[in-house]
Amino acid sequence: MSEAETIPAVQVGDYILESRLIMGTGGTTDLAALERALIASGTTLTTVAMRRYSPQTKTSVFSLLERLGIDVLPNTAGCYTVKDTVLTAELAREALETNLIKVEVIADEHTLLPDVIETLEATEQLADRGFIPMVYTSDDPAVALRLESAGAAAVMPLGSPIGTGLGILNPHNLELITSRASVPIILDAGIGAASEAAQAIELGCSAVLVASAVTRAQKPEQMAHAVRLAVEAGYRSHAAGRIPRREHAQASSPMEGIINPVEDLT
Amino acid sequence: MPTVQINEERVALPDGATVLDAVAHTTGRDLTEAGTPTDGGRLGVAVAAAGEVLPRGQWSRTALSEGDELEIVTAVQGG
Repeated sequence: MSEAETIPAVQVGDYILESRLIMGTGGTTDLAALERALIASGTTLTTVAMRRYSPQTKTSVFSLLERLGIDVLPNTAGCYTVKDTVLTAELAREALETNLIKVEVIADEHTLLPDVIETLEATEQLADRGFIPMVYTSDDPAVALRLESAGAAAVMPLGSPIGTGLGILNPHNLELITSRASVPIILDAGIGAASEAAQAIELGCSAVLVASAVTRAQKPEQMAHAVRLAVEAGYRSHAAGRIPRREHAQASSPMEGIINPVEDLT
Repeated sequence: MPTVQINEERVALPDGATVLDAVAHTTGRDLTEAGTPTDGGRLGVAVAAAGEVLPRGQWSRTALSEGDELEIVTAVQGG
């Protein structure tokens, strides 16, 4: 098989991430549409949140993922403190029987931006407790390195705030993060269209997480397929090695053998 | 007959009821002593009491008293 045909899996702690597109399940009430989108995305890992059991929610999304053979990635969405985050992670491990945890400690409900101080402490505690922390954070390169030292199995910087669809606001920071990391970097939030998923991988991300961009698209199934193709294109583009950026034009046609300009006869 | 708080709702359970009974009551599933569904599926539920996870293996051995508070959680759409 030629090099171009296979895209290798990503190692996250001792978990093998087969698909480089992680999906979210939020943002839609239509479970049938969600199922079609998940299948079209080709994802092998999909996030869920942990909430109080109610007769309405039952365990429908869990059953759906189990039926599709997709691994669950519980998140700690809605947590503001280390204590809440650790308890939520422990509940997720007990309920879903996985050590994977997407660590999300937010600063406030308006921006949903990560509180990196609490996030760092939570990451350390969760790593000590045997979790595989995949950590949502800002696009700060210094913080990314600190999270790695604290035990993050993957660092998940945002491209732009959750649900905004503003894409990658600081590609330079993201590239700096990926160039220095020794754990996988997974773009977490902000993707609005497929091209931005390709860009994230081109900038060196190992994978992307997409939720609203698919579930809130006008045609979720079609967008899921587009993002899947974009992730693949981004990987192949990154692997192929892009040309360096130049200040001035560089002709791609030879200058030798050029014909003499026709004399002006008028 | 102890009345306990499950997810901030008051629930009256029979005398001698355990956490296992509370989970069965809330989820409507028949459970084995080990806290797994009798139909062989996965329950996908966890219980916290006093801010700590109560492992499913302990549910049947943990009796409930008047006023006990339980959180019963599961996976929902998100992220």
